[in-house]
Amino acid sequence: MSAIKYTFQIEKDDFSRAGEASSSIKKILMQVGSEPSLTRRVAIATYEAEMNIVIHSDGGTISVMIDPKCVMVLAKDNGPGIENIELAMKEGYSTATDRIREMGFGAGMGLSNMKKCSDEFSIESKIGEGTTIMMNMCVKEGE
Amino acid sequence: MKVKEVCQKINLGLLAGGEGLEREITGLYICDLLSWVMSHAVKGNAWITVQTHSNIIAVATLLDMSCIIIPEDMEVEEETLKKANEEKMPLLRSSQNSYDLVKEFLNHGIGK
Ligand SMILES: Nc1ncnc2c1ncn2[C@@H]1O[C@H](COP(=O)(O)OP(=O)(O)OP(=O)(O)O)[C@@H](O)[C@H]1O
Ligand SMILES: [Mg+2]
Repeated sequence: MSAIKYTFQIEKDDFSRAGEASSSIKKILMQVGSEPSLTRRVAIATYEAEMNIVIHSDGGTISVMIDPKCVMVLAKDNGPGIENIELAMKEGYSTATDRIREMGFGAGMGLSNMKKCSDEFSIESKIGEGTTIMMNMCVKEGE
Repeated sequence: MKVKEVCQKINLGLLAGGEGLEREITGLYICDLLSWVMSHAVKGNAWITVQTHSNIIAVATLLDMSCIIIPEDMEVEEETLKKANEEKMPLLRSSQNSYDLVKEFLNHGIGK
């Protein structure tokens, strides 16, 4: 079976639809009978990527490539980019505003959650251009 | 124990998501930081939170939690109720605070 690919558009500041892309991705994985702990990891990672695009970026896309044993996630946005990636990756670091924090975002855990869920994780960012995150997740031996 | 049975034992009001009442509660989780919840809560948890915006439904659904409980009679947005119904995620409310809710759960031996 060849990989199936889906792409979701994510709008900046659209809190009423935030979470729909990751929920749709999870439903697709459940439909194709993906292994539950892989599904959970993809759900967490795509949720965090989606919320970061909504909260911190000017909008972007999340694409998933699904094959029976592995899921590849590509989260891409149109800026503003991250100045210091190492700092952004630190647990607890967040530039979220008070309004966003009151909603329960801004623990500074999103990027490290994504990394923890991934077998391969890479992040590239350029100020003025945008941020691209690539994650690959595969079924673990014995699952 | 099923969400339905817990609603009967503890005085919890059903706000939305009634189609999910057969879900099984395996434990309780209390936190209001969403990405912390995302990395620590597990399938079957009943989640007590003071967040009332619609994103809590996405979090609970993505993690396969059993229900969401809003403490202290807080107001919940219309959008959140709508999403809870769509996702069949039971959204419950109590007049008690989180601590007293936990005591009730323990008294009934739920989640042990
Ligand atoms: N797509 C993005 N574009 C621009 N900046 C970003 C992006 N994603 C993350 N950042 C920056 O990196 C910081 C850390 O991100 P991370 O997801 O770890 O935490 P957070 O979003 O602030 O809080 P949480 O995810 O716990 O709700 C953010 O506060 C923000 O400054
Ligand atoms: Mg984040």
